[in-house]
Amino acid sequence: MNEEQIEKPATVDDDDIIIEIINMHKWFGDFHVLKDINLIVRKQERIVICGPSGSGKSTLIRCINRLEEHQRGRIIVDNIELIDNIKNIEKIRTEVGMVFQHFNLFPHLTIVENLALGPIWVRKVPKKEAEETAMYFLEKVHIAEQAQKYPGQLSGGQQQRVAIARSLCMHPKVMLFDEPTSALDPEMIKEVLDVMIDLAREGMTMIVVSHEMGFAKSVAHKVLFMDYGQIVEENAPEEFFENPQHERTKLFLSQILH
Amino acid sequence: MSKAYSEKTEETIKPPLTSVGVIGWIKANLLNSWFNSLLTVATLYLLLKIIPAFIRWAFVDSLWMSTGAECHQAGGACWSIIPANLRFILFGFFPYDLQWRPLVAMILLVGLLFYSQNRNHWKKSLAYLWIFGLFIMGLLMKGGLFGLTSVESAQWGGLPLTLILSVFGLTAAYPLGVVLALGRQSKMPAIKTICVIYIELIRGVPLISLLFMSSVVFPLFLPEGITVNKIVRAQAAIILFTAAYIAEVVRGGLQGMSRGQYEAAESLGLNYYQTMRLVILPQALKIVIPPTVSILISAFKDTSLVVIIALYDLLKTTQSVLSDPEWMGFSSEAYLFIALIYFVCCFAMSNYSRRLERELDTGH
Ligand SMILES: Nc1ncnc2c1ncn2[C@@H]1O[C@H](COP(=O)(O)OP(=O)(O)OP(=O)(O)O)[C@@H](O)[C@H]1O
Ligand SMILES: [Mg+2]
Repeated sequence: MNEEQIEKPATVDDDDIIIEIINMHKWFGDFHVLKDINLIVRKQERIVICGPSGSGKSTLIRCINRLEEHQRGRIIVDNIELIDNIKNIEKIRTEVGMVFQHFNLFPHLTIVENLALGPIWVRKVPKKEAEETAMYFLEKVHIAEQAQKYPGQLSGGQQQRVAIARSLCMHPKVMLFDEPTSALDPEMIKEVLDVMIDLAREGMTMIVVSHEMGFAKSVAHKVLFMDYGQIVEENAPEEFFENPQHERTKLFLSQILH
Repeated sequence: MSKAYSEKTEETIKPPLTSVGVIGWIKANLLNSWFNSLLTVATLYLLLKIIPAFIRWAFVDSLWMSTGAECHQAGGACWSIIPANLRFILFGFFPYDLQWRPLVAMILLVGLLFYSQNRNHWKKSLAYLWIFGLFIMGLLMKGGLFGLTSVESAQWGGLPLTLILSVFGLTAAYPLGVVLALGRQSKMPAIKTICVIYIELIRGVPLISLLFMSSVVFPLFLPEGITVNKIVRAQAAIILFTAAYIAEVVRGGLQGMSRGQYEAAESLGLNYYQTMRLVILPQALKIVIPPTVSILISAFKDTSLVVIIALYDLLKTTQSVLSDPEWMGFSSEAYLFIALIYFVCCFAMSNYSRRLERELDTGH
């Protein structure tokens, strides 16, 4: 694991807020999944969210690009409030990239077509330019030689790197990652994490649901611990891992760190 | 190291002669149990009984170019019924001197269909080509322009009518079916309800009754003086009927799509139509190619039901020939010929669908 520290900007002012979540609640039917979530994310900030299964981590980041709808409170992304206005939602989705646990590449399109799809249809970029951008990002994730293949012909790690590149092609302001490495075989985890570390180095704002503690330590400004739909603890990674405050955090950390 | 290994595998002992080749295959597939052996023997016996008799009837004792009277004397197949009546079977009551026109129109249609098979030709220009082709076909069939004698559509018949009903029926029913399937999945309750009611109503009645309704009941509701062409009415019934079935098949394909595909498309900022058109439908429609083609094939054959509203499609023209005293009694030959035409069309469709499946396979 890459343990070197990546430079983290020390001071940030309030103009830099890119995501603001205020007193947000969400229910699935009667089930209260997210309870009174408050979170502020600044530009270039990198946040890692961890917590036990079913604690609502995925639901929280899926609310940020409206794959799930919240019922109370406010979510403001890039100065746009997430309300029912469909135009707002589409606008926000173009600014927020999302990487899924199971990649969700489009199996009927080649890799380069997967990458160019969003820019061509959403950003109305000419096809040729979109494909050039696609190749640029494929090179960045070290996979340019696979451009003409179909997703089904790639390994899991390669597919996940393609998925990251696909999001980057939209030039998002924020990237959301939902357990990007947990569906991967151990030997492929590193190649994906390395790509994410590169991204961090370039100053991408990132929210990552992950249990990769090494990654959290070297990249995150802040680690959030969620349990039963609440943000239980929120701290800088050093503090978070060395000196957890809550019993539940301690228990969780002892479980994942053995 | 690896070389030594491969040499060694090449030297492996050959399997015993009785387990490979023809003998092996027969042993493994035809004689592997007493029941299978019995079936094999019984089948062989039946084939021996049937095939020589058929060959004798169809080829040895048959007449190919004779009058009906000569046929009645002979014992074999009377294939003469086909050349002697070919033009009526194929073109029905289309004016005899003008029958080159439907012939050219059909050739044009088949040519266009063949040209459209190739996916490299699926561009905008193909659409213009079709519009132009359809215009020419309509002109040839109907006439009335550029010095072509006008022919009433009531005189259309035979193969052109069958092809028109099926090609337009199927090409219109497919997109309509897709739209209905999407409507049935819609989050908007009104649209969803309409689609569900439509699909279930149509699937609940036989095509024959729809054809009857379109030809008998529907005109009663039209204001006086307005008539809708009989062919158009039959065509509409076929389209509405087939679309309902296609809708259900397509819905099955849509349900097979994982939520992740929708989410990935949406999180790129694609809107509903783009998501459907670019991501969901290409995959869902591909999954359901085999059942869709089954529906299209059966719809193609079902166009022959238009005989009951007195349209002279291929089947009806053949039946008329058979009611001519000269050719009465040779229905086997005539129907075999018609069956052959239907078979060629259906086989081409299913063959093409398999090719399309292969071409669209991206290994997932
Ligand atoms: N669409 C849904 N409808 C109903 N309940 C849901 C839905 N999606 C998630 N849940 C429930 O909400 C809770 C939180 O789910 P979520 O996927 O956010 O958990 P998670 O923290 O991401 O867990 P994991 O680590 O297993 O991914 C779970 O109890 C889950 O069963
Ligand atoms: Mg999750």
